Amino acid sequence: MNILEIIKEPWPWYIAGPLIGLTVPILLIIGNKSFGISSSLRHICAACIPTNISFFKYDWKKESWNLFFVLGIFFGGVIGAYFLSNPNPVEIAPELSAKLATYGITDHTGLVPLQLFSWESLLTLRGFIMMVLGGFLVGFGTRYAGGCTSGHAIMGLSNLQWPSLVATICFMIGGFVMSLLILPYILSL
Amino acid sequence: MSLENKNIDGEGINASQKKENAFANIKYLIVGIFFGIVFVKAEIISWFRIQEMFHFESFHMYGVIGCAVVVGLISVQLIKKFNIKTLDGEKIEIQPKTFNKGQIYGGLMFGFGWAITGACPGPLFAQIGTGATVIVVTLLSAIAGTWFYGLIKDKLPH
Repeated sequence: MNILEIIKEPWPWYIAGPLIGLTVPILLIIGNKSFGISSSLRHICAACIPTNISFFKYDWKKESWNLFFVLGIFFGGVIGAYFLSNPNPVEIAPELSAKLATYGITDHTGLVPLQLFSWESLLTLRGFIMMVLGGFLVGFGTRYAGGCTSGHAIMGLSNLQWPSLVATICFMIGGFVMSLLILPYILSL
Repeated sequence: MSLENKNIDGEGINASQKKENAFANIKYLIVGIFFGIVFVKAEIISWFRIQEMFHFESFHMYGVIGCAVVVGLISVQLIKKFNIKTLDGEKIEIQPKTFNKGQIYGGLMFGFGWAITGACPGPLFAQIGTGATVIVVTLLSAIAGTWFYGLIKDKLPH
């Protein structure tokens, strides 16, 4: 097996986790930047939506590194999917697979389930809730919380900030409640 | 403006006052590319992996986040202990997080959105890159959500 074949296999958590953690010191050392991604959404608002809201009146150009960073994540997605993609179907826990099959979700070929997230399903109630409402909650919630998984759970915890621990616990509680209790109803729509 | 409000407004705005030219931003683009590849290859941006995590059916995501925190924690403590400077010789500064109720209410709301979309803000960009073009709608909706927060921020409990 050559190196490229090994890279094309799905990466285990003990490789991916430390690589993600290394982003924290890399960003600090190359430019004194605190790791955080949801701020990019705020900078996009500040840069693109002309309004008189004080929350969006700041020198976003000084924060443009964050926009280059997320643009990089986009290109990383392109490279990962088109040049380094795993030729085998994504393996999914059998329990989850069985549960999803009861909602008609049987196609596991992509990282994003095509039966839920597609242009055709956007106009269905289920698709609208999952893409439009879901996205809105991500944008509203992260800004209200002052950060997302990167800013609070990784950067904040790395810096031993207790408010970030509160936020991380709330992210997880919200996720459990949605995924285990509410999402089954949405998927049944 | 109260001190508390100032802190909220300052979140995501970095401490470094140094102006960087556009070329300097290329390095963040490169780190982003590296990061995006890890996202795809470790399947962190997979809706299925996120559901497995919330259903306790796989250790994968817990392992990824746990390892990331441990490596980040050790790095930050080393930077502080040895007073490591940036490449330009600047003192490394990390803004402390101040507590407000938004971390609870907003945190829960983001948790809901995370479980529905299977994505935090970073993975949204990577998912679009993998060719899931419809996620542009989710991203635009997330931007709208952020904007709406800015609009009604003063009326929300903090």
